[in-house]
Amino acid sequence: MEVTFQFDWSAAFGSIPYLLPGIPWTLLISFGGLAIGFFIGIFFGLLRISPLRWLRWPAIVYVEVFRGTPILVQVLFIFYGLPQLLGGPINALVAGIAAIAVNSGAYISEIVRGGVQSIERGQSEASLSLGLSRTQAFRYVIWPQAFRRMIPALGNQSIISIKDTSLFSVIGVGELVRQGQIYIATTFTALEVYFMVALMYLAITWTLSILLRQLERRGLAG
Amino acid sequence: MNDTTPPIVRMQQLNKHFGNLHVLNNIDLDIVPGEVVVIIGASGSGKSTLIRCINGLEEFQSGNLVVDSSELLPYGKSTQALQTIRTEVGMVFQQFNLFPHLSVLDNVTLAPMKVRGLSRDDAISSATRLLDRVGIADQADKYPSHLSGGQQQRVALARALAMEPRLMLFDEPTSALDPEMIGEVLDAMRELAKEGMTMVIVTHEMGFAREVADRVIFIHKGEIAEQGPPEKLFDTPQHERTQSFLARVLKH
Repeated sequence: MEVTFQFDWSAAFGSIPYLLPGIPWTLLISFGGLAIGFFIGIFFGLLRISPLRWLRWPAIVYVEVFRGTPILVQVLFIFYGLPQLLGGPINALVAGIAAIAVNSGAYISEIVRGGVQSIERGQSEASLSLGLSRTQAFRYVIWPQAFRRMIPALGNQSIISIKDTSLFSVIGVGELVRQGQIYIATTFTALEVYFMVALMYLAITWTLSILLRQLERRGLAG
Repeated sequence: MNDTTPPIVRMQQLNKHFGNLHVLNNIDLDIVPGEVVVIIGASGSGKSTLIRCINGLEEFQSGNLVVDSSELLPYGKSTQALQTIRTEVGMVFQQFNLFPHLSVLDNVTLAPMKVRGLSRDDAISSATRLLDRVGIADQADKYPSHLSGGQQQRVALARALAMEPRLMLFDEPTSALDPEMIGEVLDAMRELAKEGMTMVIVTHEMGFAREVADRVIFIHKGEIAEQGPPEKLFDTPQHERTQSFLARVLKH
C-alpha cells in the first residue's frame, strides 16, 4: 500500500473563510483581557512595593495563586465552577476575558513591580528635594520612566496571552482554534487547517512585535 | 556673621544610627542666612548624611532640627513640615539625578509648575533665565543624556534654583565629574555664593572651600571634630584628626 503525504493547498485556502470569523474573537478576548489585566497588574504591582506589610501580602497571594495555577484550570473554574456559586451560567466570552485578565494581571503586576523598582533611588530623592509630593514624584518622574522600561516585558506578556486564548476552545468560545476544530470536523483536513490557524496566530503576534519595536524605538529616542 | 541673626538651620544634639553604626553623634549646628558652610571629612564620616537630614532625605533618631522655622521630628514623623522645608531648600546631588525622560527645560519647570503652581509661561521664562545664568540656555530642548556631566550638573543647579530656595544643599557636586568639568560647576556655585545664597556644601575641593566658605566644618566619625573660618581651619588646624586628614587630601 502506498502512503502519500500531500499538503492540499486548496483545502488550506478553503478554510480561510471559516477561520477568519475567529480572529475578532481571539483579539477581543486577548486585548479585552489584557486591558483589564493591565489595571489589575498596576494595582497589585504597586501594592507589592508598598512599605506597609498588610498591603503587600494580598498582592503576594494574588500573584502566587494566579501565576501558580494553569490558565486552563482557571478558565474551567470560571466557566464551569463559578456558575455553581453564582446560580447562573457565565458567558463563554466573559469567562475567557476574565481568565486572561486575572492571569495576565498576575504576571503584569510582577512586571510593574520590577519596572518601578528599577528606577534609581536618586530620581525620587531629587523629586522630593524639589518639594514634589510622593504622589507627584511617582506620577511625573518615576512612572513615565518605569513604564518605558516595562514595554518589552508587557509586549512579551501580550503575545503569551494571545496564544493562551487558544485554550479557550474548550469552553466553546468561537476563537481561532475553535473555528478550526469545527471546520475539521466536517472536512478531516487537520494538517492544512491547523497550519492556517498557526499562520493566523503568527500574523497577529508578528504585527504586534513590529508595533512594539516601533514603540520601543520611539521611547528610547526621548 | 552677625550673631543676632536667627539661624535658618538649627540642629541640636542630633543623633542618627544605621543599625549599630552611630552615623551622627550629638551634632550641634546653626547656620545663619547668607552663610556658606563647607563640610569636609573622610568618606563614611557622616558628612553627606548630615546634609541629607536637613531636607529629610535621611531620618534621625533623636535631637532637634528646625529648618526655616519648620521643625523636623525624629523618625520622619513630620510630613507637613517636611513638605514645607523641601520647597524652601534646594539640593544638588553627586549623581545629578536629572530626570532623563524630560528635556532640560522640562526638568527645570516641573517643580515650579506642580509645587508652586506657576503657569507654564512663567515657569519657562524663569527657567530660561536660570539656564542662561548657568550658561546652558542653548541646550534647553535637549535631553540630559545628550549633555556633558558638567552641563548636567549645571542644569541640576538651575532646576533647584527654579524653586527659589532660601537654602541650597550640595552633596559632593563635583565628585562624579571629569576633572576638566569641575571648574564650570564650581564657577556657577561661586556666583551663587556671591549673590548671597545660603549654602551648605559637602566637597573634597579644598581650594574651593578655602575661597568660598565662611566656615569650614571637619567631621570625623559622625562628630564635628573642628570648625572655623577656612584660613584658620586649613592653616592652623587644632585637632590632630583634622591635621592628618588635611595632610592626606592636600598632599596631591
